[in-house]
Amino acid sequence: MGGKLVHAISLYAALFGLWLLLSGFFEPFLLILALVCCAFVVAIAHRMDVIDHEGQPVHITWRLLTYLPWLAVQIVRANIDVARCTLSPGRPIDPILKWVPAGQRSDLGTVIYANSITLTPGTVSTSAEPGRIQVHALTRDGMAALEKGDMDARVRAVEG
Amino acid sequence: MSVLLDILSWLLLMAGSFFVVTGGIGLVRMPDFFTRLHPSGLVDTMGATLIVAGLVLQAEEWQVSVKLLLVLVFLYLTGPTATHAVAHAALVGGLKPWTKGKGKDQD
Amino acid sequence: MIFFVTASAIIIGMALALSRAVLGPTIYDRILAINSHGTKTVLLIAVIGFLTGRPDFLDLALVYALINFIGTLAALKFFKYGRLGDEP
Repeated sequence: MGGKLVHAISLYAALFGLWLLLSGFFEPFLLILALVCCAFVVAIAHRMDVIDHEGQPVHITWRLLTYLPWLAVQIVRANIDVARCTLSPGRPIDPILKWVPAGQRSDLGTVIYANSITLTPGTVSTSAEPGRIQVHALTRDGMAALEKGDMDARVRAVEG
Repeated sequence: MSVLLDILSWLLLMAGSFFVVTGGIGLVRMPDFFTRLHPSGLVDTMGATLIVAGLVLQAEEWQVSVKLLLVLVFLYLTGPTATHAVAHAALVGGLKPWTKGKGKDQD
Repeated sequence: MIFFVTASAIIIGMALALSRAVLGPTIYDRILAINSHGTKTVLLIAVIGFLTGRPDFLDLALVYALINFIGTLAALKFFKYGRLGDEP
């Protein structure tokens, strides 16, 4: 129950920060309006029962931030590969559809893994279940790189 | 200094334009729906990142930079989800992926 | 100058995506092409904001990015179930 309060506070802080960034006005009247509006939104979210560890993953935020730079490097590499496949004459592609194991313990971890797969061009997740993800890859190399399990292990580390 | 920033931003914008056009070409050239998903991801990730990075270097106020980065964050959050939704719907809808040869070792 | 080049490149990409949306052949191709077209529209709005010296356009780009996502999901759902709301 105490965890729920943490998620509500984190949602409130995120909403208020977003308001400040988007408005750019810092007059007291508008700030009070912002506080009231954010409280209203948090109340609605509480009523909808969507304030939980999946909407506000505060418990993995720091580990997630260390994972993102690695993911960015992978995205750049995959982009160059796919651009080469697209522009080279002929058809240097060999698509394959396959289930790969996903060793994450929670749904949130599986979703992060599936989204990372989709975010990397050349591999797209087409179905996700607890324990395994169906992936469509543009080339066999892309599928082989995924099956080495590097990304899987890193997302498991994010999960803690 | 400002000239250096301009040149860097031009390079980023040119690279972003290259990836956007490449994504468009791939969308037309690829043989079937599932292979077309990949060039679409090209635009979503690299094209958007490079163009936004180039624009951030040209921004004069901090608010403009923040809004550009927010656009990028939203694109990164929604892009893969939409791609996954379309791909999953196509698979459930009975679309068969194009394969090079016979299509061996598939589940 | 550079903004003109970037905007032209994005418009070329949009034309290619639109041609895929027209050619099809399946409904999923069209939805994917329109989603990609929407992403490019977001980028084009941002670039046009700089081109005309009015960065206020970025607010439109923000909203368009979100609407594009909802629109894609709504089109998919409508195609699959034939309705957008709950069971009648």
